[in-house]
Amino acid sequence: MAVTNIVLAGLGGQGVVKASDLLSTTAFNAGFEVKKSEVHGMSQRGGSVTSDVRFGEKVLSPMVPMGEADFLLVFESSQVDINRGWLKPGGVLIAPEAIPEGALRNRKSLNVAILGALSVMLDFDEDQWIRSIHTCLAEKLHTVNEQAFALGREVGQKMGRAKETEGV
Amino acid sequence: MASTERLLLSGNEAVALAALHAGVKLGTGYPGTPSTEILEAFDLIGGPAQWAPNEKVALEVALGASFAGARSLTTMKHVGVNVAADPLFTAAYIDMTGGLVLVSADDPGMASSQNEQDNRHYARAAIVPMLEPADAQEAYDFTLAAFELSERWKVPVILRMTTRICHAKTEVRPGPERPSSIQPGYERDIPGRVMIPAYARPAHHKVRAKMEEIAQWNEQSDLNRIYPGDRSLGIIASGVAVMHAREAAPEATMLALGLTWPLPMQRIKEFVASVDRCVIIEEGDHLLYEALKVEGLDVEGKPEMYRFSELNVPRVRRILSGDTTPEAKPPRGKPPELCKGCSHREVFEALSRMDCIVAGDIGCYTLGVLPPFEAMDTCVCMGAAIGVGLGLRHTLPDDQARRVVSVIGDSTFVHSGLTGIAEMVYNPPPTGHVVLIVDNSTTAMTGRQEHPGTGRSLNHEPANKMDFAAVCRAMGVKNVEVVDPQKPDEDFEGRLRAMMEKDELSVMIAERPCILAAPLIRKFEKAQEEKQAQCAAAMTD
Ligand SMILES: Cc1ncc(C[n+]2csc(CCOP(=O)(O)OP(=O)(O)O)c2C)c(N)n1
Ligand code: SF4
Repeated sequence: MAVTNIVLAGLGGQGVVKASDLLSTTAFNAGFEVKKSEVHGMSQRGGSVTSDVRFGEKVLSPMVPMGEADFLLVFESSQVDINRGWLKPGGVLIAPEAIPEGALRNRKSLNVAILGALSVMLDFDEDQWIRSIHTCLAEKLHTVNEQAFALGREVGQKMGRAKETEGV
Repeated sequence: MASTERLLLSGNEAVALAALHAGVKLGTGYPGTPSTEILEAFDLIGGPAQWAPNEKVALEVALGASFAGARSLTTMKHVGVNVAADPLFTAAYIDMTGGLVLVSADDPGMASSQNEQDNRHYARAAIVPMLEPADAQEAYDFTLAAFELSERWKVPVILRMTTRICHAKTEVRPGPERPSSIQPGYERDIPGRVMIPAYARPAHHKVRAKMEEIAQWNEQSDLNRIYPGDRSLGIIASGVAVMHAREAAPEATMLALGLTWPLPMQRIKEFVASVDRCVIIEEGDHLLYEALKVEGLDVEGKPEMYRFSELNVPRVRRILSGDTTPEAKPPRGKPPELCKGCSHREVFEALSRMDCIVAGDIGCYTLGVLPPFEAMDTCVCMGAAIGVGLGLRHTLPDDQARRVVSVIGDSTFVHSGLTGIAEMVYNPPPTGHVVLIVDNSTTAMTGRQEHPGTGRSLNHEPANKMDFAAVCRAMGVKNVEVVDPQKPDEDFEGRLRAMMEKDELSVMIAERPCILAAPLIRKFEKAQEEKQAQCAAAMTD
């Protein structure tokens, strides 16, 4: 099986690394080899952050090569253009606009909503995702994030249908 | 033997787990990206971990533990090893008792550092064995191996990691615990541990002989591996470059070096002879390439352009094909900036208005160099603010000298600012000097670690608290003031201006917790109050 490459991008404080933890935990628990890496270190809020997640039967480098991402998840509109180069031709971009403004109880769970949209396009059971939410996030955040995830799944399903009608 | 337990760990977490399984009795270090999480993780899983004021002290404490027969781990970022270099170079001459492992976490590409020095040089220069893991599993395995090497040859061992090992999560199957057979207890060894020239001369010969033996052992060691493949292309690599190269050239034969100093030269020679073309894939300097060239081996290095920044799969492909055309620039993201509400903002707004010449230092506050403040003129290394500021004051014409102020963070002040104050008091410039300590009650830059000035230890339990104002006064600074830069009635700017006008020695401490740390600090304080209340209740019961 080929390696699935996913790049997550946003600004510090948006939960980019949290989202990549959730994603990599889900893939890992599904039995895949997973590598994830990011460059972090600065505490301050607001700078660009990206995180790479790769999974498959065998993964070597922990970094997604430029132009080879199957999926690009972006949490902040301003970060879409600068990160587009990660995508391979035909790769899927999930931009923050996919999650309608106001649909989330708390915009802080945008990261999990975007994962919800992604989840429709990957082969993991919904339960596995929910379990990752439970292991990676504090208990008081479970409900709000489960709701965000469900909302994201609806969005993902619509994106999938749109793709079918486009005949991709 | 690996267990069936499967964990997804960062390289840093893997080192911490291995340290626990190695029975490490003391973990000590100083925060620095990308090393910081090792000791934090070690503490979380129950290991004894503490922050030292700086890396030199950390290594010295670890040495003491080793002399006592205990295993000790000391962690730091690459530039931290510069600070610890003085004890390191002589520690190499001394027989370790308990195993001592120093983790050097390098930052090729400078995601969060002031330079991209390649600390593989230290193994050669200090005469110390070096291990370089290629993923978290190896970080785990090599940490255990490092303690065993350290005790077998009685040498300190460097475990050299890089950002993509420290912060990359990969699968780890931990093994059983492998503690030391040595029990802590004191045994005197004057010629072995007291490095006066008479004892150090034979010690130098001894460490060279130890390295010869380790090199011999390394010829057969399973810390180095062969990945068989096509003989037309051979690759020699170490660290994360092993993974990039295996992906870039899956058909190649590879020698992946794990114990990268002292080199297993015979094995390398045989490998080189066994392939048609042999390319060295190494991140950073051309060290391995140069070492093999000296031996007369027919190997290819990388073009100079690949010395800079990190390697990755596309860059390794380019090296293998000899491509030196300009590379596409990586996407330029939004640079970090001081958080909204950060008290460093008021400080740099004032410095900017006052048109100061700012000898700066390293921490979140270094962002004062960027717009809208642009209020920093120099930044070299931790602690340099004070020395550089004094040098400027001594030599600039008076009207310019009076504009010079040294700005230093609280963690940085403890790390290496105290000797700067001693210098200032001992050799005062004619116009005096002003040092501004921006004290936000945490080591914010690296993710909010405690330090001796916060009054809490690594695990956030109460500790003795260093009083900066009292220390500066005791050292002989004439004017010492403490002010909250966010309280207008405390008039930070006005008081700083008054200090700058005097030709005297002054320290201003701008005290205001980092807004990301403040809620945590309140939580720690509350937990402490509750504990005290419980104790009091138990006593009156
Ligand atoms: C020798 C060395 N060790 C560690 C570091 C990493 N580092 C950079 S600044 C800093 C301390 C920052 O804390 P502080 O001075 O309190 O400033 P703040 O970030 O809180 O504003 C650290 C640990 C370094 N650059 N050099
Ligand atoms: S993390 Fe703290 S010190 Fe750093 S910029 Fe933010 S508020 Fe300021």
